[in-house]
Amino acid sequence: MRRLPVLPITLVAFASAIVAAPSGAGAQANPKPQTVTLVTHDSFAVSEDVLAAFTKRTGITVKILQVGDAGQVVNQAILTKDNPLGDVLFGVDNTFLSRALDEGIFEQYRSTGLDGVPAALQLDPKDRVTPVDYGDVCINYDKEWFADHKVKVPRALKDLTKPAYKGALVVEDPSTSSPGLAFVLATIQEFGQKGWQQYWQQLVDNDVQVVDGWEQAYYDSFSGGGQGGKRPLVVSYASSPAAAVVFADPPITTSPIGTMTQSCFRQVEFAGILKGTEHRAAARELVDFMLSEQFQRDVPLQMFVYPAVEGTALPKVFTQNADAAEQPYEMTPTRIGEERDGWIREWTGIVLR
Amino acid sequence: MLEVQDLVVRYEDRADAAPAVDGLDLRVGDGEVVCVLGPSGSGKSTLLRAIAGLEPPAAGTVAWDGVDLRDTPPHRRRFGLMFQDHALFPHRDVGGNVAFGLRMQGVASDAARARTADLLTLVGLPGTEDRAVRALSGGEQQRVALARALAPDPRLLMLDEPLGALDRALREHLVDELRAIFGRRDRAVLLVTHDHEEAFALADRVVVVRAGRVEQDADAATVWQHPATPFVAEFLGYNVTAAFGPLVAVRPEGLTLASAGVPVTVVDRTFRRDHFRVRVRTASTQEVLDVAVRGSAIPDAGSTAHLVLDEAAAVPLPA
Amino acid sequence: MDPRVDRHRAAVTRARTGTRGSRAATAVAIAVPCAFIAVFFAYPVASILGRGLAPDGALDLDPLRRVFTDPSQRGVVWFTVWQAALSTVLTLALALPGAYVLARLRFPGRSLIRALVTIPFVMPTVLVASAFLALGVPRSLGAILLAHVFFNYAVVVRVVGELWRHLDPHEEEAARMLGASRMRVLREVTLRALRPGIVAAATITFLFCFTSFGVILFLGGPTRSTIETEIYRQTTRFLDLPLAAALSIVQLVAVVVLLWLVGRFERGASVPRRLRAAREVEHRPRSAADRVLLATNLAVMAALLALPLAVLVVRSLTPPSGFGFGYYRALGEVRAGSTLFVAPLDAVGNSLRFAVVATVIAVVVGGLAAWAGVRTKSRWLEGALALPLGISAVTLGFGFLIALDEPPLDLRGSQWLVPLAQALVAMPFVVLLTAPVLRAIDPRMRDAATMLGASPARVRRAVDLPIAARALFVAGAFAFAISLGEFGATTFVVRPDAPTLPIVVYRLLGQPGDVSFGAAMAASCILMLLVAAAMLAGDRMRAGRLGEF
Repeated sequence: MRRLPVLPITLVAFASAIVAAPSGAGAQANPKPQTVTLVTHDSFAVSEDVLAAFTKRTGITVKILQVGDAGQVVNQAILTKDNPLGDVLFGVDNTFLSRALDEGIFEQYRSTGLDGVPAALQLDPKDRVTPVDYGDVCINYDKEWFADHKVKVPRALKDLTKPAYKGALVVEDPSTSSPGLAFVLATIQEFGQKGWQQYWQQLVDNDVQVVDGWEQAYYDSFSGGGQGGKRPLVVSYASSPAAAVVFADPPITTSPIGTMTQSCFRQVEFAGILKGTEHRAAARELVDFMLSEQFQRDVPLQMFVYPAVEGTALPKVFTQNADAAEQPYEMTPTRIGEERDGWIREWTGIVLR
Repeated sequence: MLEVQDLVVRYEDRADAAPAVDGLDLRVGDGEVVCVLGPSGSGKSTLLRAIAGLEPPAAGTVAWDGVDLRDTPPHRRRFGLMFQDHALFPHRDVGGNVAFGLRMQGVASDAARARTADLLTLVGLPGTEDRAVRALSGGEQQRVALARALAPDPRLLMLDEPLGALDRALREHLVDELRAIFGRRDRAVLLVTHDHEEAFALADRVVVVRAGRVEQDADAATVWQHPATPFVAEFLGYNVTAAFGPLVAVRPEGLTLASAGVPVTVVDRTFRRDHFRVRVRTASTQEVLDVAVRGSAIPDAGSTAHLVLDEAAAVPLPA
Repeated sequence: MDPRVDRHRAAVTRARTGTRGSRAATAVAIAVPCAFIAVFFAYPVASILGRGLAPDGALDLDPLRRVFTDPSQRGVVWFTVWQAALSTVLTLALALPGAYVLARLRFPGRSLIRALVTIPFVMPTVLVASAFLALGVPRSLGAILLAHVFFNYAVVVRVVGELWRHLDPHEEEAARMLGASRMRVLREVTLRALRPGIVAAATITFLFCFTSFGVILFLGGPTRSTIETEIYRQTTRFLDLPLAAALSIVQLVAVVVLLWLVGRFERGASVPRRLRAAREVEHRPRSAADRVLLATNLAVMAALLALPLAVLVVRSLTPPSGFGFGYYRALGEVRAGSTLFVAPLDAVGNSLRFAVVATVIAVVVGGLAAWAGVRTKSRWLEGALALPLGISAVTLGFGFLIALDEPPLDLRGSQWLVPLAQALVAMPFVVLLTAPVLRAIDPRMRDAATMLGASPARVRRAVDLPIAARALFVAGAFAFAISLGEFGATTFVVRPDAPTLPIVVYRLLGQPGDVSFGAAMAASCILMLLVAAAMLAGDRMRAGRLGEF
C-alpha cells in the first residue's frame, strides 16, 4: 500500500483554511437575494457609514468589485455581457460611453433622482445610463512657481504656446491616460477639427512633455507635486487643489496649486444596470441611492469629483479651492466614440514621432 | 628542481589553530620521485596546493631552479596536479579532458589528438576518447586523470593519493604502471599518501610529515630501515620501546618470546597468514608491543611470557 | 500460460519501468500540473483570444496580418524582442560577478545583502520609475535597461548563485593546473558548469523583460512600446480586442519558440556533477582580484539597487512636517472611513496570506511538473508551465473574467483568484529552478539507494527529496517574493476589501497631495521590509533545517 502524500495534502488544507478565513461575510455568495454587485474601477470609493446606512435602510448588501481602470471596466463589461460580473456598473465616462451603449450592455432605467441632474449631464436620451458625478480635467498650476518667477498664470489654452511657458507644461499620453485624452479633446473643441493639429505642433515646439500616466505627470514632473518635479503646469483635475489640501502634511487651508479654469474638459461618470441582472429591483435601488443626497454629498471627498445632482452642498475645501469650471469644453459621446481612435493616432503622429 | 623552504600555510577559518603546513622544507630534483608520507590531516594536500600556487603561503618560499614562484600564478608554473577525487570535467568526454592542457598550450588540434591517443594508450585506455567520463569506473577515471595531468608534460607532476580509492589488485597493477611512467619521463614527481606501502613502492625518496613539519627526509630504504623518530617508527609499524634499555624501534619480527627475558603478559593474538601477531604488555614499562610468532606454540591471552630483543634488528632512536 | 512465467515477466517489467505505484505517481505528477495549466491558463487565455479573433464565431485572421504589415506594430514587436535581449545580456553581465561575490566570498553582512538584493524584484514599478527619475535618469532606452537590470539582478544572483555556491572548485583548480588562466577557467569550466543556471536565469529575465509593462510605460517615455504595453493600449483605450488578441498570440508564439529553443539548446547539457557544501567552497577574499571584485560589485549593487530604494526610504521618512514616521502613521489614517481604506496591517496580512497560498500552489504544482518532466525525460511540461510568464497580465486577467464564470468554476469575485493568478506567474520559477537540479542528481545515487534495499518510494524520499527540497526552497522563496510584488494580474482579480500592498500603493498614488504620495512610499517600504525579512528567514530556515548537501 502506498502512503498518501500527507505533506502536500496538509499544505493544501492549510492553504484553504487561510484563504477561506477572512472571506467570511463577503466572499461566499450571500444566500439572501438582497445582495447586489457593483462593478467599478480602482478609484471608486464611498464612506463606509454611507454604504452601511443604505444596507440598513433597504436590506441590500452591496458587493463591490473593482476591475482595473475605467477603460478596463468598460472592456470587461463588454467581454462578459453574456454572463455579467455584477448587477450595476459604475465608472463608464463620456469618452467610453458610446462604445458601451453600442454594445448594449445596459438596460434602460430612469431614476427619479435624475430630475435633479442638469440636462447637460444627461448624455443618453434613452436613459440606459445615469450620470452620477462629473470631473473636470484641467491644467493645474504651481502657485509658488509663478509667484517666484514673476510670470503670469496662463488663462486660455492658446497662451500655452507663448515663449513664457516654454518647457512649463506636462501632459499625459491620450493612448494610455484618461485625463490625457480629455485634454486632447479640449484642444480639439477649442481649435476645431482643422486647427488642433497646428496647436499641438506649437506645444511641441514650446517643449511640452508627454508622460504615460497621471501619477508620472503629477508626482515626477509637476513642480507642485512636492516630489522635485520641474514643470509648473500639469494636466490634472479641477479638484486637485482640494485634494492637495486634504492630503497635505502639515495641514494647510489654502491650496498650493490652482486651476486654469478655461482649460477644462468635463468628464461625466455614469452608472448603469447591466443586462442580465437577476436582482433588478435591488440594482435600481442602488442606482437611486447613488443619486441620493447622502451619496452625492459623499462623492467629492471620496472620489474628488463633483456631484451630478444640482444644488448638492460641496465641502468647504472644495468651495474654497476647487470650483468646477463654469464653461467647460464638452463633446457628445457619439462624436468621441467615432473620432477618438483617429484623433489619438493623429495626435501620436504629431507629438510623439 | 623544486625547492620549498620554511613553508607555512594557514587556513583562514582556523587562524588561531596550528598552521596546516608549519615551516616545511622539501626538495625534488629532476627525474626524482619523492613521496610525502603522513597520516590524514598532516597537511599533505595543503602542501601540494601551496606548491601548485592554489593556496597562498603565509611564509616561506616555493622556488623552481632558484626562481621564487611567489608571483607566478598556478597556470604559469607548468606543474601538474592530479586530484584525489580526479576532478575530471564532467561536461567533456575522455578525449576532451586529456586534451584540455594541450589546448591551453595552443597545441594544434591534430597534434593534440595524436598525443591524447598516445597518453590514453599509455594509461591503458586506448580508443576511449569519445566516452563520457561519468560512464567510467573509478579506476578508469583515475587513469584519465593521470593522462590529463601528464598531457602538458609538466616539469613537476604532483599526485594526491594517486591510488587512494582503488581496490587492492588494481592498486598493485597501477603501481607498476606508474613506476614505468615515472621512469620513462625525466621529470620531477611529488606524490603524497598516507599509505606507506604505496610510498615505498613508488618513491625514490620518502618525506614523512607530521602536523605540517618534516619528521624524516631520506631515501626510501633509509626511512624504511632507519626511522629517525619514534613517530616515524610507529607510523611505519615499528614497536617503539624502552623496555630493553635505551629507546629503540624494532619490527615485530625483531622480538621473540622466550623462557627468559623481559617479563610480559599476552594481551591477545591474531592470525596473519604465515605467522601469528601476538600483542604483549611489558611488566616493567606497561608498553604494548607486537611480536611476530611462528610455529605452533602460540601463547594464550592472559598467559605470561618473556620477551627477547634481536639487537641487530633494533634501531636506536633519539630519546 | 504458466503463472510463474507471468510473474517473472512482471518482475522484469517492473524492474525496467518502475513499479505500478511509481508509474501511478508519475501519472499523477503529470496530470495535476496539466489540469492546473489547462484550467487556469490555457482555457482562460484561449477564451479571450477566441473572443478577439472570432468575435462572431467565424475566425478572422486579419488582425494577425495587421501586426505584421502595419509598420508601427512591426516596430513594436521588433523593439520588444531586442530590448528584452539587450536587457538580459546587460543583466547577466552585471549580475554574474555579483552572483560570484555573494556565492563564493565570505564577508560580514553577506547574508543580509543576499536578502536585500531580492527587494527590487517585488517593488512597484511606478515607484521605482519615480526613484530613477528623481536620481536624474532621463526617460530613455538607457533607463529601461537600467530598470530591467534593477528588477532582474536578484534572479541571476539567486538562480546562478545557488549553483555557484555548491560547485566543486577542484574542477576549476584542475583547469588552472593544466595551464588555463583565470579568464580561461571562467570561460571553459566555470561558465560551462553554471550553464543550466545561467540559461534558467536568462530565460526568466528575458521573459520578464519581454513582457515588461510598467518600466516601459514609466521610463521609456510615450514613444516606446512593447507588445505588452500595446496590448494594454489596444484593450483599454482603443477597445480593439482583435488587435490585442493578435498581439497576445504573437507574444505567446514568441515565448513558445524561445522556450523550445532553450529546451533544444539544453538537451543533454545538464550533466550530473559532484556538488559540495557551500562552506567548503566559499572563502574570504584573499587575492587582490577577489578584493577588487568584492568592492566593485558592492559598489554596483549600491548604485544600481540600493540607491533607488534609498530614495524611496528617504522619501517615506521625510514628510514636510519633519523627519519621522509621519507617513507611516498616515498610512493608518488616510482615507479612513472610506471603502478605499485599508489598515496597513490588514494589507500586510492580505499580502502574506495570498503569497503563502500562491507559493504553496506554485511549489506543489511546479514541483510535481519538474519531477515528472525529469522522470519522463521530456521538457514539454516544463515549457507549458513557463508559458504564463510570457502572456500579458491584461490578457490573463480578462481571460479569467470571461472563462471562469460558470459553475463549477465560477470563481469571479472569489478570493482564490488572487493566489491562483499569482501562482501562475510564480510557477515557471519553480519549474525552471527545480528541474535542472533534479536532472543533475546523479543517477548512481539512486542506484546506490536502491541497492541498499530502498523501495522506489523510499528512494524518492531519501535521495531526491532532500536535494530537491533545497531547490524547491529557493524556488519557493522566489514564488513568495513574486506573489508579494505581483500587480498586473492581481489588479484584475483582487477584491476591494482585501487588497495587497502593491494595490494599496497604487490606490494611494491616485490622488494628489503629500500624504497620498508619502503613504504610498511608506507602504512600499513596508513591502521592502517584508521581502527582506522573508528572504532572511528563508535563508536561516534552510540553513538550519535542510542543511547542506
